[in-house]
Amino acid sequence: MTGLRDAPAHVTARYEMVVGLEVHVQLRTKTKAFCSCDATYGAPPNVNTCPVCLALPGALPALNREAVHLAMRAAHALGCTVNPVSVFARKNYFYPDLPKGYQISQYDRPLALAGRLEIGDGDAARTVGITRVHMEEDAGKSIHDRYPGATAIDLNRAGVPLIEIVSEPDMRSSADAVAYLTALKQILEYIDVSDVNMEEGSLRVDANVSARPHGATALGTKTEVKNMNSFSGVQRALEAEFERQCTLLERGERVHQQTMLWDGSRNEVRPARSKEASHDYRYFPEPDLPPLVLDPQWIDAVRRELPELPRARRERFAREYGLAAADVGVLTSTPALADYFEAAAKAHGDAKAAANWVMGEVLAALHISNESIQHFRVAPAPLARLLDLVRDGVVSHSAAKRVFAVMAETGEPPERVAEREGLVQVRDADELTRWVDEVLAEHPAEADRFRAGEKKLLGVLVGLVMKKSKGRADPRRVNQLVSERAGG
Amino acid sequence: MTEPTAVEAVTASFARMEAVRAGADGLNCVLWSDRERALAQARAVDARAERAPLAGYPVAVKDNIATLDLPTTCGSRILEGYVSPYEATVVSRLRAAGSVVLCKTNCDEFAMGSSNENSAYGPVRNPLDPCRVPGGSSGGSAAAVAAGIARIALGSETGGSVRQPAAFCGVVGVKPTYGRVSRFGLVAFASSLDQVGVLGRTVDDAALGMEVIAGRDPYDSTSADCPVPRYREGAIRSMRGLTIGRPAEYFPASLDPRVTALCDRALDAFRALGAQVRDISLPHTDLAIPVYYIVAPAEASSNLARFDGVRYGLRVMGDDGLRAMYERTRSRGFGPEVTRRVLLGTYVLSAGYYDAYYKKAQEVRACITDDFRRAFASGVDVIFTPTTPSPAFELGAKSDPYEMYLNDIFTCTANLSGVPGISLPIGHVDHLPIGGQLLARHFDEAGMFAAAYALERALGEDARR
Amino acid sequence: MAVTRDDVAHVAGLARLAISDERMTELVEQLNAILGHMDVLQQVDTRHVETTAQEGNESLPLRPDAGPRFEMQRTLEQMAPEMRGGFFLVPRLSTHEDVSDAS
Repeated sequence: MTGLRDAPAHVTARYEMVVGLEVHVQLRTKTKAFCSCDATYGAPPNVNTCPVCLALPGALPALNREAVHLAMRAAHALGCTVNPVSVFARKNYFYPDLPKGYQISQYDRPLALAGRLEIGDGDAARTVGITRVHMEEDAGKSIHDRYPGATAIDLNRAGVPLIEIVSEPDMRSSADAVAYLTALKQILEYIDVSDVNMEEGSLRVDANVSARPHGATALGTKTEVKNMNSFSGVQRALEAEFERQCTLLERGERVHQQTMLWDGSRNEVRPARSKEASHDYRYFPEPDLPPLVLDPQWIDAVRRELPELPRARRERFAREYGLAAADVGVLTSTPALADYFEAAAKAHGDAKAAANWVMGEVLAALHISNESIQHFRVAPAPLARLLDLVRDGVVSHSAAKRVFAVMAETGEPPERVAEREGLVQVRDADELTRWVDEVLAEHPAEADRFRAGEKKLLGVLVGLVMKKSKGRADPRRVNQLVSERAGG
Repeated sequence: MTEPTAVEAVTASFARMEAVRAGADGLNCVLWSDRERALAQARAVDARAERAPLAGYPVAVKDNIATLDLPTTCGSRILEGYVSPYEATVVSRLRAAGSVVLCKTNCDEFAMGSSNENSAYGPVRNPLDPCRVPGGSSGGSAAAVAAGIARIALGSETGGSVRQPAAFCGVVGVKPTYGRVSRFGLVAFASSLDQVGVLGRTVDDAALGMEVIAGRDPYDSTSADCPVPRYREGAIRSMRGLTIGRPAEYFPASLDPRVTALCDRALDAFRALGAQVRDISLPHTDLAIPVYYIVAPAEASSNLARFDGVRYGLRVMGDDGLRAMYERTRSRGFGPEVTRRVLLGTYVLSAGYYDAYYKKAQEVRACITDDFRRAFASGVDVIFTPTTPSPAFELGAKSDPYEMYLNDIFTCTANLSGVPGISLPIGHVDHLPIGGQLLARHFDEAGMFAAAYALERALGEDARR
Repeated sequence: MAVTRDDVAHVAGLARLAISDERMTELVEQLNAILGHMDVLQQVDTRHVETTAQEGNESLPLRPDAGPRFEMQRTLEQMAPEMRGGFFLVPRLSTHEDVSDAS
């Protein structure tokens, strides 16, 4: 049981961490991979089951077209070559949430090969190779602590379609791993193939880690690390396992190939099995499913239907809207947010203003109400109109914030809110002049001093007019008028 | 002669079941039946506005095919009492055509066997001689037809399990082309070999059954999208100009000369109808049994992994956790032959052995398929062979597992290659029926049936019981 | 290739079968005899053979991403050896079995 405190820095500094990641992603189809049961998350236990996903005697799989479609889209987005012919295989092992006693997966001939993912930007950009993307089905869930002495099995998830994305061992640090996962998750969100939510289990990560002395070309013995439930968990788990391996190597001992489990509450990795031999999955081609032969035209159509990917979108935002890299990063963090910003920017015309408002007021409101941009009550068009009102001087900037707050609550259009709340700026010359004249009359001493040359009293006088107007006067006009009417 | 109503047919079948003692105290070919429910279903069929094509054909169904209401045990303890919540596509199609499910018939456990001596519910006896086996694994279905309980029965084939018992019992048995009939609801033994087959008293009965059940099923991804012809129209097809292949490998020197003589008589009958007989070779035939006994157990070991006591069927608890439950359940639930094949299958798939065994066997299998393709491409229309080398043997006579496996020697090539085959009675040896087999091209069941109709007619009544 | 007692024990473990000592001896013999007959396959030259799927479907047919799900005529409770609260229950896994391979 090794923790982060065990290996001193000078030891780990002598070794290089080599990391490969296997990421399982649930595809957001309506129905499961091999049967027409509902694939959505959160139903009461075992309601989404049928003879096929229960593995009743005599049941057979029938592959979901949309699962193939989404898997192909992911393969294309990761720069892979899609194989026109791929073959399903059985991976045989016993586990209570694996009803058939085998998982339908792909082995020798997967859906796609040879892709890549870029992590980092500019000078820090690196490429991580993607070995393969293949299709498989999910298992059910085993819950160990619900009933004493028993494990509870829920098969709602059994048969949900997954893709497994296997990277080359190209990462060299836990930071690389997190950058890879962040970029991967973002791409998958952009192409809308999955919810990619680690908490809900639609994104799962297993890592392969080894250590070798700096400069060595041969790879060290790798271990598999599982049970990481967040990106930060991945980071800490990799660090812990690397430390453990470095400690062993430093002592002249060998690293044994085994599976390690991350224990987030104790901050340590421990072996998954005390002594048992590793699994013999006895893979063989799935006889219930003929080879998947894909029409090259379909493969190509799916590639052409790819939306703008995150990197391309970031570059375009910087170019088209003249925004700084940091701002671009925030605005493109999810495709929904990026779409929102673009719609507002195009409708309003001033991208920088739109960017400030989206990054400021919009994100703040979402943060407080803990909702997503897709459900936000202020749509891009009304936001754009609010920005128009500010630009045209119909409401002041600070009044606009109050209007926005009401819009976020009620979903009403900005014009109506401004009107009703009395936040429309008064720009009527007669009314403004009247107020200015009244203030000048009510404060003759200050007026005289201002006239005499104490320009700094302008602020005071303007403030008094603003107060008299209950904040509704257009401060710029008031400024001008005070100077004019005061004379001098 | 008018066709009976559904109620008449079902009533007669149940009366026959009693008369021949179809249950455990007699032939033991019927495992489960429910007379009242069957009659109720028959009444519903008779109440239909139009006469259903299979109203007069209630069906006996092998117990490895899922039915509603009656259990589906596959002849195993591990599924004792299991009632399927869905029915096999083939059963749905028969019932839609007006057939009533009479009963579930006994079979070798999980279809593994050639004598129906491997059932957890006791062996089946051959109605023609109760000291002898009916063949297997569809022994119960063959016996039900031979005993006159049902005109048609469903069985299943993996290595010959419909044709071989049909031959032993003196009835007709058909295995369709792989992919011709849906496997949805057929409890899997070896997925790349399994097919539902039909047994019948006559070629016409079997053809009718096959017409109804064949055809693409979206629930079975291996079922082919091939239109299903009217097989019964083959009854009138001429044999003139047909070329019949006689493969040397199925007529070895060691073959009982009386069986050879019966085959020759059948071939003479074809010649008399204007067909010609050509000697051919299917050179990889002697590799079929080794190939079969690697591929089938391998797939079976995987298909039977679902029997784990978790969601249905037998569960035997220990007090030491999940693994013990798995082991106790499966060890108690599976019989010796199933255990043997699961071990064999697991072994040939295991690390280090996959290439030498399973992969190699699949490659040799392709050679066997190629033998057939070449024969049919050379102008042969159908191939004729004996179905088995000898008639039904006595219960308990074959104790060596491999010797038992040799029963499949003439039949398993059709399963390995996927070609369709039919066995029909061609005479007797020692008063016991002998079957002759016709094999045709993939998806040419029509040609196969036509030749079978002609042979049956030509040989006449004395070839049958 | 001779099958040893250890081989059979290992394979029995993989297949979750418990074999008694007496049966073990018999099984080792039988499996060796059966596999002995398979050796003949090694003599076949299959270098140029391509294993294709069975006739029938050359390509996997695809189904639409739509329900309804397959209706069953019995409930899970009617079929299951043990259920509670809608879950299938099995004996608690021991800790070293805690992690499923389907990650």
